[in-house]
Amino acid sequence: MTDRFMLSRRQLLKTSAAGAALGLASAAFPIGKAFAAATTVGFIYVGPKDDYGYNQAHAEGAAALKSIEGLTVVEEENVPETVDVQKTMESMINLDGASLIFPTSFGYFDPHMLAMCKKFPDVQFRHCGGMWDKAKHPMNAGSYFGYIGMGQYLNGVVAGHTSKTKKLGFVAAKPIPQVLLNINSFLLGARSVDPSITCQVIFTGEWSLAVKEAEATNALVDQGADVITSHVDSPKVVVETAAGRGAFVCGYHANQSPLAPEKYLTGAEWNWAKVYKMFVADLVAGTPLPNFTRGGLADGFVKMSPLGPAVGEPARKQFDATLAEMMKGGFAVIKGPLKSNKGAVVATAGQAFPEAAIELESMDYLVEGVVGSTA
Amino acid sequence: MDATEIGLWGVPLAILGGAIRVSTPFIFVSLGEAITERSGRINLGLEGTLVFGAMTAYAIAVMTGSPWLGLVAAAGAGLCFGLFHGWICKFPKVNDIAIGIALMLFGSGLAFFFGKPFIKPKAPNLPAIPFGGWSDVPQVQAALDVNVLFLIGAVLSVVLWWAFRNTRAGLIVRVVGDSSDAARAMGLNPNTVRLLATGVGGALAGIGGAYLSLYYPGSWTERISSGQGLMAVALVIFARWNPLGCFAAALLFGGAGALGPALQSVGVTQGYYLFYAAPYILTLIIMIATSSPTRSLAGAPGELSITK
Repeated sequence: MTDRFMLSRRQLLKTSAAGAALGLASAAFPIGKAFAAATTVGFIYVGPKDDYGYNQAHAEGAAALKSIEGLTVVEEENVPETVDVQKTMESMINLDGASLIFPTSFGYFDPHMLAMCKKFPDVQFRHCGGMWDKAKHPMNAGSYFGYIGMGQYLNGVVAGHTSKTKKLGFVAAKPIPQVLLNINSFLLGARSVDPSITCQVIFTGEWSLAVKEAEATNALVDQGADVITSHVDSPKVVVETAAGRGAFVCGYHANQSPLAPEKYLTGAEWNWAKVYKMFVADLVAGTPLPNFTRGGLADGFVKMSPLGPAVGEPARKQFDATLAEMMKGGFAVIKGPLKSNKGAVVATAGQAFPEAAIELESMDYLVEGVVGSTA
Repeated sequence: MDATEIGLWGVPLAILGGAIRVSTPFIFVSLGEAITERSGRINLGLEGTLVFGAMTAYAIAVMTGSPWLGLVAAAGAGLCFGLFHGWICKFPKVNDIAIGIALMLFGSGLAFFFGKPFIKPKAPNLPAIPFGGWSDVPQVQAALDVNVLFLIGAVLSVVLWWAFRNTRAGLIVRVVGDSSDAARAMGLNPNTVRLLATGVGGALAGIGGAYLSLYYPGSWTERISSGQGLMAVALVIFARWNPLGCFAAALLFGGAGALGPALQSVGVTQGYYLFYAAPYILTLIIMIATSSPTRSLAGAPGELSITK
């Protein structure tokens, strides 16, 4: 516990008096609670914790751990996906004594987190969304993610019922598999209502570019899209801009309905509290942490925002029915016969990829009906 | 095809709309920096001022319910930042570029610190004037919703261009910027002039920030600026310290920035990273085309630490 008295940026910032008092107390009575002295969990976010989006969803999950007695949660926000994140991880381990670290952003995984895994073999690292591979990656690394594409499928169902122009819009950050799956799921959900619906996608190239996201939303509305959703770190700007132009919106990451109460249809949200509590329970019990954790709506990893006032009765019905189907587990969004928007066959007739199918995590195509390109 | 589809016309329309929507912060920051640099100082801290102005405007608008009070507060905060820069730089051997970088980090950090509680609440926006009423096409109407600040920026650039040539104040700023010795010989105090010029520059940058958070994109987040303040400072050199040039360069940047999303929206989806680089490629081309090995940068104030 002497570590407590070394200079840590985070602790210095946090407080002085209260922190020091705590440190003294636990130094004097080092074995107050069996795991209290040893268990610190670190969370690293790429953006601000209250961004109405990706980081907020993770921070809400981390906040749910704070009530666990004896567990210390350390957090750092606005950490770039560069060597900076390695420094943050190192300081969390050396100065705060973290034994489990959650670097939550996609770009933290390779090479940054992997380098730290080699350097600190006794510390556990679990990364959100990264592809952990037993053959390639160390055993103290791992990844967790949720089948949020299911949520985007449900978004699509509601969007398909609500759209009058039969054109949907999607503001996406980067063409990585998770984003592509969300785009495809959104369109396929809408096409389950009306197979003539198309979805225009605009990639902004970065996770958080407020002005470009606003421009993209405007461009989509200009081209006639009347339901917009997004996969960027903070959908706040997209939601507000789309609603301001009179289009409907589906949310992502967290519940954005307070931003556009009339225009918000529903949204695909994370429920990370569930996942983080699972990991911490394993850590406390001393059982090895799983290296590869996945779950969907049925597992409570993902949830939907309450349906908004603009959602009509037929949409509500199909939404509920589809949700009930998904809650059974193993729902397949990608099922044959299905072609990519370049004409390549991605699923032959009878072939289906259920939510847990690992092939979905290396998706590199947009399905027929999506107007856009992956490069 | 129904009335909501405009197809390829979306591209020029988006460039026009984008030029109007996106350019305003560039206009204000670059005009502010033009005044400062014309007086012989470089204030690189305007990125920080822009972010702090965005936060201040949003916070005050949330608390008072008036976006105009927010705008005034942002200008005031920017003025303070500018005066602070000007005051420190009057001491001998102080490097204005280094102070600017320090203030850039300080302004952003302070804005993040005070801005935390204001990320969630919703502030009232600055009003726009609908110039598109003559058209039945909603897209044209949306593109021609022009914010008052854009118009003020346009007028201001002409006024500044005129003032630098024809008014006593403008000539004083220029003589201080071109030669401290000449200014002193005329009985002017260069430090006072630069203090005021940097202060005004900061105030304008603060207004640019208010536009970001109170109009477009119209919310306060820590990533709101994504480097626009720095780009605007670079635009001043690009515009050769000419206020009219600043206005044109800002429009060019805004319009070129809208190209990427607009092309994707009409189905030109290949190579969007290249389109996103358009503003920078354009800048490079113009810089290369207008530079010459036989003379120094035209229009550069003689007292600037980069040209001395």
